[in-house]
Amino acid sequence: MIILSPEWTAVAYLVAAVCFILALKGLSSPKSARRGNLLGAAGALLAVVTLFLSMHLENLLLILAAILVGTVIAVPIARRVQMTQMPQLVAGFNGVGGGAAALVGILELGHAEETWVRIAIVFTMLIGAVSFSGSAVTVLKLQELITTRPITFPGLPVLMVLAVLAAIAGSVFVVLTGDLLWAVGLLGIGLIAGVLLVLPVGGADVPIVISLLNAFTGLAVAASGIVLGNVLLLVAGTLVGASGTILTMAMASAMGRSVAGIMFGAFKGGSTAGSTEVSDRPVRSSGPEDVAVELGYAQRVVIVPGYGLAVAQGQHTIVELATALEERGVKVVFGIHPVAGRMPGHMNVLLAEANAPYESLRELEEVNPEFSQTDVVLVVGANDVVNPAAKTTKGSPIYGMPILEVSDAAQVVFLKRSMRPGFAGIENELLFDPKTTLLFGDAKDSLSKVLAAVKAL
Amino acid sequence: MDAVTLLTITVLAVFVGFEVVSKVTSKLHTPLMSGANAIHGIILVGAVIVAGQASDPWLLGVALAAVVLATVNLVGGFVVTDRMLEMFGGRKPVKTTAAAGSTEGADAK
Repeated sequence: MIILSPEWTAVAYLVAAVCFILALKGLSSPKSARRGNLLGAAGALLAVVTLFLSMHLENLLLILAAILVGTVIAVPIARRVQMTQMPQLVAGFNGVGGGAAALVGILELGHAEETWVRIAIVFTMLIGAVSFSGSAVTVLKLQELITTRPITFPGLPVLMVLAVLAAIAGSVFVVLTGDLLWAVGLLGIGLIAGVLLVLPVGGADVPIVISLLNAFTGLAVAASGIVLGNVLLLVAGTLVGASGTILTMAMASAMGRSVAGIMFGAFKGGSTAGSTEVSDRPVRSSGPEDVAVELGYAQRVVIVPGYGLAVAQGQHTIVELATALEERGVKVVFGIHPVAGRMPGHMNVLLAEANAPYESLRELEEVNPEFSQTDVVLVVGANDVVNPAAKTTKGSPIYGMPILEVSDAAQVVFLKRSMRPGFAGIENELLFDPKTTLLFGDAKDSLSKVLAAVKAL
Repeated sequence: MDAVTLLTITVLAVFVGFEVVSKVTSKLHTPLMSGANAIHGIILVGAVIVAGQASDPWLLGVALAAVVLATVNLVGGFVVTDRMLEMFGGRKPVKTTAAAGSTEGADAK
């Protein structure tokens, strides 16, 4: 259906592009974030409607059916997925976007005559394919379907170099000939490269890789805009590529890491120090009543939540425990590490869901000076973010990451499922410290018991 | 559109992209990543264009697959970001009594 003139189409796309810019701007500030996201969705809707009104499309019913299918698949998953699985979901959505871009690229090859358009096609295909398969590997890692430790093997660097060389050679050939079969081969090389790229990344760094692949998909979409001569795709893709790059670097610096170190650090041998073996060194474990006494008669308590809390869905219980302690006159705050959990800000989202009072949430820089005046730190399902190895052990995979310095407090109580090391796979010396006690069990379960014991005090 | 115009637009968009997210607090990193992720789902426009031009059934099949994937990215991305931010929005500076009230509701689940 051609209802809109090319001029009005361009204006509508421009409005959509401005919506995307304002969406990103809005998402950067807590007050305007939700409005920003809705504005982005409005921009996307405007762009799609504009497209249908501005050009003649064959197979219209099939296309509408495909959009319906996609919506029916996406909405229930997006609405129902557990908070703990949010990072996997974002990674998955990113991957399919990259896959879509790669397919758009290869389908346009038959229409492309100019060399620079073919270069853009090759770029779209390769980056889209890397993003697709790379995201798939991050999903597998986050779901712990494959090991979260860095996977390296002796031939991996050689394989990566070979993959890059094959990609370059294949790209040149496809640009010169426009041959479809070679293009399919190139897609395959892109898929392999994506897997090789993400395999050596350690579990704790996966969120940063998701952000990086997100920027990649943005670039692939931008290139597809050049291929199709569509300014909106170009602008939207470039925006995501650029902002995603900045975001990736910001996330990495919050962890005290460099992006290059994360992607290629495993080859230096450093992060292979990780282990999932259970240590049999002696620790001091105690019961929920003892923990309740320690907490109930303390003056200042800092609660450090981690992924274990998210897994156990213990966020409501922990807020209830904080409230019960406050009622006894204990000053309770939450010490939030920016990358605790499986994604940056994970704990903020989780505690926000449980309506934790805003003024009790402390960021890393705020809470660290407070530990020396704290009687008890209750670490719930967190490990790597309080691991002193980040400060003391050079060569440890988390070395250099800012941590919550809980060892400054008088006492530390860990609620842990087992002695298994955290996501990064490094043993935590703090667990064996004389001032540390451990309460083993599911976080929510342990919290409920401690809560009941506190109420009985 | 000629190459130079496209290049101009690209370069300007890069700077806008750098600029808009330059100051973002770490607690919003995840929603921002998720929102940006949704925005690149606009590849749906590209997928629909190629599907609308496809004549060969094989190519059409691939194009429709791209439409499905792109829709999942676009729609799912915005919905999941909204869900994340909905939880942030619920967090107003409330006193502990309000927190206690809501935890009771959670127990009922």
